[in-house]
Amino acid sequence: MSFWFLHGLRRGIQSTRYPRTLDSAPGVSPGHPINTEFSSSGDARDAAASCPVDAILADGRMAFVDDGLCIHCQRCRFGIRSPMNWELGYEWTELPPGRKDYETLPSAFSKSLHVMVVDAGDCGACLHEVKQLNNPLYNMHRLGYFFTATPRTADLLLVVGPVSENMRGPLLKTYEAMPDSKRVMAVGTCAITGGVFGRSFMCAGGVGSVLPVDLEVPGNPPPPLAVLHGLLVASGRKVVTIGELVSRRRS
Amino acid sequence: MAIASSPGERRAETDLKALSAAVAERFGTALSESSSDKGYVLSLSVNQPECLPSLCRFLFWDRGCSFGGIIAEEHPAHWQLYYPFLLASAGWIEVTLQLPIEVATVPSISSEVHAADWHEREVEDLFGLHFENHPRLGDFILPDQIWQEGINPMRKKFDANQPHFERQPDANWRPLLVVQDPGSFAMPVGPVYEGGIGESLHFLLETVGEDVIRASPRLFYKYRAVEKIAEGRSISDVLLLAERFAATSAFAHSLAFCRAVEKIYAVELPARAAHLRIALCELERLRHHAGAIAAICESTALAVSAAHAAISEEELLRASCVFTGHRYLFGLNVPGGLRRDVELNQCKNLLAAVDNAQAELRVLEDRLRYSSSFLDRLEDVGVIDGDQARDLNLVGPVGRASGLSCDFRKACPYSGYERYQFDVPYESEGDGYARLRVLFAESLQSVKLIHQAIESLEPGPLYVPCEGTTPGAALGWTEAPRGAALHWVSVDETGTVERYRAITPSFNNWLGFHIAAEDFAFQDFPIILATFGLSATECDR
Repeated sequence: MSFWFLHGLRRGIQSTRYPRTLDSAPGVSPGHPINTEFSSSGDARDAAASCPVDAILADGRMAFVDDGLCIHCQRCRFGIRSPMNWELGYEWTELPPGRKDYETLPSAFSKSLHVMVVDAGDCGACLHEVKQLNNPLYNMHRLGYFFTATPRTADLLLVVGPVSENMRGPLLKTYEAMPDSKRVMAVGTCAITGGVFGRSFMCAGGVGSVLPVDLEVPGNPPPPLAVLHGLLVASGRKVVTIGELVSRRRS
Repeated sequence: MAIASSPGERRAETDLKALSAAVAERFGTALSESSSDKGYVLSLSVNQPECLPSLCRFLFWDRGCSFGGIIAEEHPAHWQLYYPFLLASAGWIEVTLQLPIEVATVPSISSEVHAADWHEREVEDLFGLHFENHPRLGDFILPDQIWQEGINPMRKKFDANQPHFERQPDANWRPLLVVQDPGSFAMPVGPVYEGGIGESLHFLLETVGEDVIRASPRLFYKYRAVEKIAEGRSISDVLLLAERFAATSAFAHSLAFCRAVEKIYAVELPARAAHLRIALCELERLRHHAGAIAAICESTALAVSAAHAAISEEELLRASCVFTGHRYLFGLNVPGGLRRDVELNQCKNLLAAVDNAQAELRVLEDRLRYSSSFLDRLEDVGVIDGDQARDLNLVGPVGRASGLSCDFRKACPYSGYERYQFDVPYESEGDGYARLRVLFAESLQSVKLIHQAIESLEPGPLYVPCEGTTPGAALGWTEAPRGAALHWVSVDETGTVERYRAITPSFNNWLGFHIAAEDFAFQDFPIILATFGLSATECDR
């Protein structure tokens, strides 16, 4: 059995250098569409019409993207005459609409954050990407972040999924069992606005309609580094970008 | 290791005509028969409902057909129930039962075909149809703690778009206990457990201390009513749901959906799209299996091997992203082909990535084979023997580890799989280690298939328009990473989906989980769970 020890040593350190330096390995993020200026207003309208979830708003020659609605179906990117601009990267964490700023957790949490994950009807992708943070390539333990098995020791509630009716109770109980000070982070488009599942008799249409959300990580699914960026913001090691991102959504 | 290219345990009957004659002789006027789809589908319409159980018994047990599932449809004047059966290498047998809308009772087939148990419970809970002589109905998808009986969301008159708050939950609801000896107790696990990194589902472990007597899973915490909200939407919108209800097998499910739509509009797929679809299907299978292997290693707390497999999985996710633009292959499939093409150098990069993954998995398999402490935890754990697996019609790697070699890619090839060279590896022990070996062997076959598919890519169109004005309904199927997936789509003349039904491998296999999880030591529970590799979201929909 000693060969496992050698096997592990031989592979060396594989973890990403993020957040010290940006990780730009190919495939680390699928990217997302960004606000685009087209040469004609017709093109902007075409881009908006290609979106099946109305995440793109055409205004003159500009097309604005609502990250909280975008489901990364890439219909505005492929099979369209003039595609939306597509930006790689993963530092996407933003504030919920109507919130002016994020009140950072006390500084004691900046290098020790315990995260409680609740799967509230997620399709498996967001949960899987969150789980990837535990693997050696992302290794969030090196930053002092841990998934915790009980809400009693949790500082941050990370919710994925649109909140199915059958999970509403367990989600609320988990939140209530957490000690103060606590923060709630909605990860993935479904957790932010319900995504393709929307609002129905079985779906609350996002965590915001059940709990007060402090931070949102858009993406369908957000890649692991986007979730990591969310954790860095939550613990006060990165700042959330405030500006046009905040005011625009669902206005 | 035993490898069979065709199902071994079945009767040597490959002809639907012979079956049709046998059915006619036995059931006579209780049925009306018709054949369609170039002789590939045999439709049996049941005129006398009381004959249904014996007909299903005849097909499943006497003729060795696999059971597909139950598809219920509500029409203005009648109920229509489809029971698809598959006769391997021959074709589909579609048993249809029509009942007047005012009839609320259907003969249950669960006592003859045990695999139909959950299907009937689901139809009862969602449609309110009562299955005569079914041992346990009610409290299935809509839990009685928060929904009273009598709410049937799949009925056409139910408005799905509004929150439904008129509920009177049963305050006295208690879980059903089987073990009631002195000293025994039931330990609830979930729905939020493992720090939430596991999917939301609930287990009731009935235990007398260290040994667990029974473990009953309770699913559908994640039920999002995908089939209900799909009704009345356009095909391109339902495609989004088909692809996003279970992301870890998104491509396989969207492919099954697309194939059903292509069948309705009788669209012939361009060769390039067919080959590329196979490459992507197998890429998804390879990535899923790497993840499943990582989960098994993690459940035994062998951290280095878990890290090794997890790195392979993440590298395949990245390769998928570079190849297609999405880490989980979303947004590619569309009825009529694929949405975007790939270039030669992308293909080369993909082949390099899968070859690398294959080499890594080979190393891992070799190492694991010599890790006695690891094998001790997997061998003879969670055993399902061949008869039990056949009885419950288990599918995918779980079924194949118990000797059922049924694989849609061989039994009823789609998308051109019949032109490919590959094997369907299977084992007979049915324990955790057999399931792990099947995962390893299948991933190597997937690498082989990706190579063949990429080599057969010829320049050409990737998409043909797929639309029409004919109403129709069709069944699409794929072998998803976890097993057989069936998607039933019915559209009207404007292209609006009237009924969408997804029968998923996880739904089939969760039914068999309690057999593996019987009389075991507490610490084996995560291992049994990991070797099953089931998904709650794929089951719940």
